[in-house]
Amino acid sequence: MIELEGLTKRYGDKVAVDDLTFAVRPGIVTGFLGPNGAGKSTTMRMMLGLDRPTAGDVRIDGEHYDRLKDPLKYIGALLDAKAMHGGRSAFNHLLFLAQSNGIPKSRVSEVLDTVGLTSVAKKKAKGFSLGMGQRLGIAGALLGDPRILMFDEPVNGLDPEGIHWIRNLMKSLAGQGRTVFVSSHLMSEMALTADHLVVIGQGRLLADTSMADFIQQNSRSYVRIRTPHRERLLDVLHEAGVTVVESGSGALEVDGGEAERIGELAAQHQIVLHELSPQQASLEEAFMQLTAESVEYHAHSDGPSPVAPATPRQPWGDDWKRS
Amino acid sequence: MAATQVVRSEWTKIRSVASTVWTLSLAVVVTIGLGMLISALSANDFKNMSRNDQLSFDPTYISFAGMSLGQLAMIVFGVLVVSNEYSTGMIRTSLAAVPQRGTFLFSKIAVASGLVLVVGLVTSFVTFFLGQAMLGSHKASIGDSGVLRAVIGGGLYMTLIALFSMGVATMLRSPMLSLGILMPFFFLISNILGNVSATKKIGRFLPDQAGSKIMQVVTPIDDDTPYGPWGGLGIMALWVLAAIVGAYVLLKRRDA
Repeated sequence: MIELEGLTKRYGDKVAVDDLTFAVRPGIVTGFLGPNGAGKSTTMRMMLGLDRPTAGDVRIDGEHYDRLKDPLKYIGALLDAKAMHGGRSAFNHLLFLAQSNGIPKSRVSEVLDTVGLTSVAKKKAKGFSLGMGQRLGIAGALLGDPRILMFDEPVNGLDPEGIHWIRNLMKSLAGQGRTVFVSSHLMSEMALTADHLVVIGQGRLLADTSMADFIQQNSRSYVRIRTPHRERLLDVLHEAGVTVVESGSGALEVDGGEAERIGELAAQHQIVLHELSPQQASLEEAFMQLTAESVEYHAHSDGPSPVAPATPRQPWGDDWKRS
Repeated sequence: MAATQVVRSEWTKIRSVASTVWTLSLAVVVTIGLGMLISALSANDFKNMSRNDQLSFDPTYISFAGMSLGQLAMIVFGVLVVSNEYSTGMIRTSLAAVPQRGTFLFSKIAVASGLVLVVGLVTSFVTFFLGQAMLGSHKASIGDSGVLRAVIGGGLYMTLIALFSMGVATMLRSPMLSLGILMPFFFLISNILGNVSATKKIGRFLPDQAGSKIMQVVTPIDDDTPYGPWGGLGIMALWVLAAIVGAYVLLKRRDA
């Protein structure tokens, strides 16, 4: 169990993490989602006592991180796959970690086996691919057989087989009753692994909800229409009081499940339709919608000085143009 | 968190990278080799020296002449032991495993300085005996007054140089920045400040200028240094203490 209360981190004027309050529960995989730069890594570093919060508090099983005796036995974390000395062998990297927390040496071989690195245990880490580095980092997280596991972007650099492996690993760890907290900027990845979602944007909490609820609340259904008589159809739909959105690819979109009614209206006015299809927004779109709204909110609240903060986030709103 | 666990872990770290072996070997080889060379040259040159120089001829100190270059390898060792953590980003892994930052820092320092002390003492004794062998009839004996102190002091000097470098590297974090400041300082600037008459009075309180007094057995004629061999080493130890306190305070307060 990880509990955050009003966790805040400021760097000068810039707020990286803004008043986060949520709990990560055992037995499930909790996805920590947000665009790049949303504050995910900063939050995770504060959880591990690496960065000091400006305000607020974070506790691991009710304790502050630096009060834990042999912390690797409580919480194992993969922060950065490249964070190892290139000249040191995988075995020695894990050995010094184990020794620092009083973990028996035999455990090093065990976790190397778990992550499939036994054959390169004596090789220097600088020859490792990003995927192998990722596996070594995961081995380090598993070393103390902890009840809580934290992975920052674990699928980065892994090949499809590796991605499949880490997904199953996370699910099985959660299945053993452990707390699994995993960050990603890819909604599609989270949809496959996470049971619960914590979404942040610009350091703020945007959602703390089960995956099922998130999908239900955030995805929208709409009808996509293609027609060679675009202007006539727009007029007809406008008269009928139906709101139409122009999508990027030249198609029209109508919110709600009114495919039948639109088809009938088109038929009445003898308008040819090339496509009339009910659609369900993907989870990726729901995520972008959510984070795009956080960008909009920030742009307005900044008032007369809408400078830097909003611009780099623009791509997240681009795909989601709603009038 | 038992400190012994962390000490054992730091020992694994230090013995499992190649830079430990090559920096320490370089320090040993350069100190001994250069010491022997300069001892041999001095023995040949003795008859051409002035009367004053002959009177204040210090065979022990001369055999340690290689230390001025050998200490640079010790500085590299001290810097790398610490800044390897920062340059690789491993510091986060290390501090997540050992969140008690004081325990982390002092275990690392204890292991590294223990190793340097052993290497330094061995180097110092070997340097002395081989240097004296080169000096022939002008040689000093280990039993002479002040010689044993000077030889042990040589090992302590090397240890303090490495400790000072560790403290500075912890404060600066970057290996390039640390080496870029420490190397020219100890190789050039300190020597200039300590030997130019205008700056001599301040220069001789610099860590290496003060500390190397411990290796001197014969006091030069007209020497007005206000401290003795142990006083000099004490001044150096104060510099080291300041660097380590600075390192501790910064490490404690900084985000990793």
